[in-house]
Amino acid sequence: MSRSLPDPRERFLNGILPENPVYRQVLGMCPSLAVTNTMEGAITMAGAVLFVLVCSNVLISLIRGLLKPHLRILVFTLTIATFVTIADRLLAAYLYDMSKQLGPYIPLIIVNCVIIARIEVCGSKQGPLAAAADALGQSLGFGLGLAGIATVREILGFGTWFGRWLGWRVIPDTSPALWDEWVVMILPPGAFLTLGVLMGAINWIQAIRRQRARQAT
Amino acid sequence: MSYLQSIFITAVTMVLINNMVLHYFVGICPFIGVSRRVDTAFGMGCAVTFVVSIAAALSWLLTYFVLSPGAPLATWLVKLANPAFAGTVNLSVLSYLVYIFVIAATVQLVEMYVRKFFPGLYRAFGVFLPLITTNCLILFVCLEVMKNLSVDAGAPWGLDRTLIHAISSGLGFMLAIVLMAGIRQELDTCDVPAPLRGPAITLITAGILALAFLGFTGVDRNLIKLGEGGPEAVLPKGRVEASP
Repeated sequence: MSRSLPDPRERFLNGILPENPVYRQVLGMCPSLAVTNTMEGAITMAGAVLFVLVCSNVLISLIRGLLKPHLRILVFTLTIATFVTIADRLLAAYLYDMSKQLGPYIPLIIVNCVIIARIEVCGSKQGPLAAAADALGQSLGFGLGLAGIATVREILGFGTWFGRWLGWRVIPDTSPALWDEWVVMILPPGAFLTLGVLMGAINWIQAIRRQRARQAT
Repeated sequence: MSYLQSIFITAVTMVLINNMVLHYFVGICPFIGVSRRVDTAFGMGCAVTFVVSIAAALSWLLTYFVLSPGAPLATWLVKLANPAFAGTVNLSVLSYLVYIFVIAATVQLVEMYVRKFFPGLYRAFGVFLPLITTNCLILFVCLEVMKNLSVDAGAPWGLDRTLIHAISSGLGFMLAIVLMAGIRQELDTCDVPAPLRGPAITLITAGILALAFLGFTGVDRNLIKLGEGGPEAVLPKGRVEASP
């Protein structure tokens, strides 16, 4: 290989913005649209993804010498499915109402492209330290992406932020209503629109920064 | 409600109201990735419908006979090994592993079939054909089957109900992806602002499409009422006379 692979620190930082799984790689769309109508859902989902991604990336990286090319994907999916089962049981035991609310989207982590992509790109090629750093960075980026969408949707839709856990009201609850809650932001169309607009905004900011950098040189 | 009516209502519900893509957000990756041309999108829809029906039927059989608590085949096997444990058979913790295995095997079958008989379609799909394995839609339908076969579901689904559900989910996906491909072919000639090009405008379009599909809410309830009480049950009272 001519180009050396990034070291753990680069791997960690890459995941947060340059290769953010939600906005940059457009991977793992299903949970980022489905569970982001409340902040709690987004945080729980990000936590479950963090657990699964770190465990399976490190495990695959430890056994990468034994992998046969044609059985690769099968081994990946079975590893992920095992850890997702563990995460699902843990959530049902300790956060029952969140587990009820997220419903089938927790088992759907098995087919979340972010995880399989990270195992393919990093876990099956580099050592456990780089794999762990990569997994942490990517799931932090994933969590931030989810939290961004959830912030917009929950504030516009319910007028609260962390409404169920902490009960913060962002838009005050006055008697002649100051703000009509946009129910559509909680419903499916709001998810698509929010993600589309946020993705456009991030592309726009980056285009401006790139232009500035070009003018500076 | 007669049997045919219930089939029809399930199909309407799954295709129009609880559309897999626009309501449950599953199968978004191919929805964004393969929706550039109408014919490829249609092929993808067919492949997904086929895979989801086979995978749902297989997972119904496995859940019913092996995985669910007290399943006959598993109980029989355990009884054969050690009669003392026969009352405690519950393999449902293995279900995710088994489903993903079933789906992977089905996709492999479809891939071989398409490569042999439709080489052009095979090249058009590229990497997205094996990626049907990781299509959330199929696992989602398998999980629905599991949920509706479990002990606390009121009336457990039979194999027929499962198949109808799976096929209409696939058709709903096909409808959404073909509509999207049609819109995107038109979008190619439009002047989209630079930051929104690519996935962003696709997501915004999907949002508007989902808004349009929100208008179907309640159609299933009215259809059930229509089946039970005839046309008078669904007509709004008083509004008919008031209209000129």
